Amino acid sequence: MTHISTPSRRGFLKASAALGAFTLAIQAPFIDEAAGQSAPAAAPAIPPEVNAWVVVKADDTVVIRIARSEMGQGTLTGLAQLVAEELDCDWAKVTTEYPSPTDNLRRNRVWGDMSTGGSRGIRASHDYVRKGGAAAKIMLVQAAAEGWKVPAAELTVSKGTITHAKTNRRITYGKVAAAAARLTPPDAAGIALKDPKDWKIAGKPLPRLDTRDKVNGRQVYGADLKLPGMLNAAIKDCPVFGGKVRGFNAAAAMAKPGVKHVFQVGESAVAVVAQTWWQAKTALEAVQIDWDEGPNARIQQADIDAMLTEGLTATQAYIGNKAGDMAGAMEKAVKKVEATYSFPFQNHATMEPMNATAVWTADKCEVWCPTQNGDAALAAAAAASGHRAQVCEIHKIHLGGGFGRRGWHDYVTQAVQIAKQMPGVPVKLLWSREEDMLHGRFHPITQCRLTAGLDADGKVDAMHVRISGQSIVAGIAPNLLENGLDSRVFQGMAQGGNEFTFGYGVPNLLIDHAMRNTHVPPGFWRGVNLNQNAVYMECFIDEVAHAAGKDPLEFRRALLARAPKQLAVLNAVADKGGWGKPAPAGHHRGLAAIMGYGSYVAACAEVSVSRAGEVKVHKITAATDPGHAVNPQQIAAQVEGSFVYGLGAAFYQECTVKNGHMEQENFDTYQALRMDEMPAVESIVMPSGGFWGGVGEPTIAVAAPAVLNAIFAATGKRVRRLPLRHADLKH
Amino acid sequence: MTKLNVNGRVHDVQVDPDTPLLWVIREQLGMTGTKYGCGIAQCGACTVQIDGQAVRSCALPVSSVQPNQKITTIEGLSPNSTHPLQQAWVALDVPQCGYCQSGMLMAAATLLASNPKPTEAEIRENITNICRCGTYNRVMAGIKRAADANARRG
Repeated sequence: MTHISTPSRRGFLKASAALGAFTLAIQAPFIDEAAGQSAPAAAPAIPPEVNAWVVVKADDTVVIRIARSEMGQGTLTGLAQLVAEELDCDWAKVTTEYPSPTDNLRRNRVWGDMSTGGSRGIRASHDYVRKGGAAAKIMLVQAAAEGWKVPAAELTVSKGTITHAKTNRRITYGKVAAAAARLTPPDAAGIALKDPKDWKIAGKPLPRLDTRDKVNGRQVYGADLKLPGMLNAAIKDCPVFGGKVRGFNAAAAMAKPGVKHVFQVGESAVAVVAQTWWQAKTALEAVQIDWDEGPNARIQQADIDAMLTEGLTATQAYIGNKAGDMAGAMEKAVKKVEATYSFPFQNHATMEPMNATAVWTADKCEVWCPTQNGDAALAAAAAASGHRAQVCEIHKIHLGGGFGRRGWHDYVTQAVQIAKQMPGVPVKLLWSREEDMLHGRFHPITQCRLTAGLDADGKVDAMHVRISGQSIVAGIAPNLLENGLDSRVFQGMAQGGNEFTFGYGVPNLLIDHAMRNTHVPPGFWRGVNLNQNAVYMECFIDEVAHAAGKDPLEFRRALLARAPKQLAVLNAVADKGGWGKPAPAGHHRGLAAIMGYGSYVAACAEVSVSRAGEVKVHKITAATDPGHAVNPQQIAAQVEGSFVYGLGAAFYQECTVKNGHMEQENFDTYQALRMDEMPAVESIVMPSGGFWGGVGEPTIAVAAPAVLNAIFAATGKRVRRLPLRHADLKH
Repeated sequence: MTKLNVNGRVHDVQVDPDTPLLWVIREQLGMTGTKYGCGIAQCGACTVQIDGQAVRSCALPVSSVQPNQKITTIEGLSPNSTHPLQQAWVALDVPQCGYCQSGMLMAAATLLASNPKPTEAEIRENITNICRCGTYNRVMAGIKRAADANARRG
């Protein structure tokens, strides 16, 4: 078979050649493709790279390599802006490509970490990608200097054109790129980066590089992939987590049109492979599967809830943040406030269901997939294929949503397990929405009891925050636990660090975690633990402010003396959101502010609640201080999107366990926020410099608490159990 | 054999008549701009037009489409992405991941065809597609911008 692209002389060339073949292949209409047809001829030659980050073609097109994954968050454009800024190229001639994870392995991880999560895309790679752009510029200038036999210091660069003013000579990057590629790269340690105040490309609200193909259907997602001779697979994994396939009868399915194979996949799943996916999906319903559901089939949601409730008062807990003598101060409190909150399991529900396309032969394995982490996708493919990673290849494709789900590669494993049973034939595995909902990596379930002790002046002298519930790390990477403690549980409540610091100054504080893990596989869900922690803390602070008879803004201000940046975003939304000023008739406001993913975010929500209890969110004013803003209009887009994701979760989203499996299988029972409920969003992007924070996730955390606090202002009712569709808000 | 008129071209397709139109478009005709999101007409990622009406093609058996009915997919919305909505989408950077945007555009195009200057309330009522990235406010702005562009052109 010749589906696997032709190897070429150098590793990085191979990646591009493969992409070239891929591009040609997907342009051929499916209907014209016959099984076994050869792949197109080798891709056209490409110029040598100047360095790992930059390729300049003879026509001056600049190809910038992007190691992180684009899933809508705009990282592709932002990272390209950072490279282009230092490169001083012509932005109008910039294109991008993903380097191959296998090449990253072969080339000693020259592109660093490909993982795209934790709002790290830009904040964790800005330094080395900018140095990549700067180094390429140095080499291009040096090549021109050598060609002209003049000192490099006499040359200037503007928009990819190198000028020697003394002799009035000019040359473009494309003309010297080949010579530059032969030069020794400069030492990265000695490269000085531009001061952000001098940025001309970075820091500007430039249009995204990937919009055009997303308005005409040309953008190819993993689910759209076509390869010559490709077959399609649908899969059913045991709905009960931990269950297995005892056996199956495929006779009826095999008799259906187009069906080629029925395979067991791993220990727990059955797949049908057919000519088309619809045939595969339909035939899968005809496979009689005998499940060994195992002991988890006895678990109900109430069992999990009871386990978490017990944890709220358990004596053993991991301490995440501590100051003074909480217990002693609590005893002396003049007034105590206590509240218990809960936050459910949730599914990411990316618009594009999980999928991967694989072809396996005895000596290699090739996978095309949307992934948030090319390195991890490669590891998953290698493990499932039985081959060394060096002979496996991952072709990254833009994601139809990620939100953390596509950092977990069970779908890649399955695709390779299927492909391995039909050597040489490419197979695309696409999950149905139902499969996607039943086999998520779920947002962890937690409950939280918060107790505050006030002194005679109404100040918070003591606070105990007891989180009870699931640890993501214990579920997916127990090696990251620190003597059993999962520090990520305390996002937004951490004692220190530069990502998730607890902003409030409480002299006697204890924040601890009774770890109560469930059989439901947890995962990183956009915003992760910051989401519920912000609900717990920001709603509770609102409760305490009211108990102390103080204005929630003033109350927070007094507690934020040691967190000036958190205070600044809070003040910004209070000011722009009209806090303390008259609201339109029937409208009420609520506040929330937190530090997360290295950024500071705040929201002021304006809400009305009808007498019948119907909630309408009219407007949200949001502020973000991410330190540096690489593309302000895309930060605004992330902030708006965060409210959709966060409010959808707050209003509707909950996955519940029945007989060991999830009950919600599609958008009819797992609702998303839609346009009719979307509030106006005023986004204040206020980078204060000096640090690099993320923007894809933190704002989600303030969406729910700002709205819940506004609902209290409107109704006098506290919603402490999410999602809030359970709440009776008649008033 | 079923005849389907898609984007002005008549196709002969041989397929189980119960197959949803979505999968005929994607798998038999090879046009993948129209997306699968839910399979139960909830999310709208599969929206196409049939005789100018927005239809969620994932739950519509191909046998219920008549040969004389005109189906328009995102690929047929305009030549060269020149529909005012597509231009507005580019100008405002509406898409994020983009997966829902074909359906979003087809729903919006249907609305503008019958109501060239919709109010914000009408837009909210008519566009019921799900976008998990959360592009709704830019979708709203994009529809208004396209409506304004149409009005200027008369």
